[in-house]
Amino acid sequence: MPLLYQIDVRARLMLGTARYPSPAVLADAVRAARAEVVTVSLRRESAGERAGQAFWSLVRELGVRVLPNTAGCHTVKEAVTTAHMAREVFATTWIKLEVIGEDDTQQPDVFGLVDAARTLCAEGFEVFPYTTEDLVVAERLLGAGCKVLMPWGAPIGSGRGLNNLFGLTALRAHFPEVPLIIDAGLGVPSHAARALELGFDAVLINTAVAQARDPVRMAAAFAQAVEAGFAARQAGPIEPRDLAAPSTPLIGTAFRG
Amino acid sequence: MKILVNGAWRETQREELAGALEELGYGGSVVSTAVNGEFIAAALRVRTVLAEGDRIEVLAPMQGG
Repeated sequence: MPLLYQIDVRARLMLGTARYPSPAVLADAVRAARAEVVTVSLRRESAGERAGQAFWSLVRELGVRVLPNTAGCHTVKEAVTTAHMAREVFATTWIKLEVIGEDDTQQPDVFGLVDAARTLCAEGFEVFPYTTEDLVVAERLLGAGCKVLMPWGAPIGSGRGLNNLFGLTALRAHFPEVPLIIDAGLGVPSHAARALELGFDAVLINTAVAQARDPVRMAAAFAQAVEAGFAARQAGPIEPRDLAAPSTPLIGTAFRG
Repeated sequence: MKILVNGAWRETQREELAGALEELGYGGSVVSTAVNGEFIAAALRVRTVLAEGDRIEVLAPMQGG
């Protein structure tokens, strides 16, 4: 995989850490996925419960790299402040930048996203923007200093797969050197395989694993799919065609002539 | 004085953020803080003086996608 801000990440499956049935299942799923990067977030901490402290201990024991997000932020100000807070808590300059523009689809506010990315990149953050497949927005994000893009496959948690194949294919073709990670909306391993077959460098999965009947088994299935998709891309898929092309040679066919 | 901590009114006798956090039970926790929407780095908490009605955010690691 191309370097992600000078970091050599081998695993093309990244995992979100939310919505698992238990911390133990989350830990097993991360291992089954063979994930090297997991996403984390920040939330209000109750002094009595200290839930965040237990979660952070669990993640550290997994020995994975964390990619903090700014989930839930609807303004540039909120996202930038959350990024500052995440950098301190997680001791990383990586930030998965989310500026949500519309609640029902969790569609990024791409205008706010570009603004926030510009601010954070200038401050030394290494920004992974959660964006759409829009080419112009992608160009602006790269101009703001982003060196990785995270286009959505479909609305977060929808499980619909790659909603806009044409747009995503164009994005991949337009920015062949930029690491592109599909973030959000994938539902089943075949969606992930398809993303890798199209040339995307990695996928980030959360709900499809965490909410599966057996999250650990699903994590392993996604890992296999990502591996298969990448291998297929490397192997050079054939071009689709409209008419049949018999695979068995016709020369010497019996009963002919 | 009364301050708004994570959306709930709390009483503190301490004037500086570091002391208030200690008093409110956050001592030793891995948290990040903001006062009135502005990030306050850990190193600055001892010299951040609070005022009546300040809005404090105390955030900690949490599951995320």
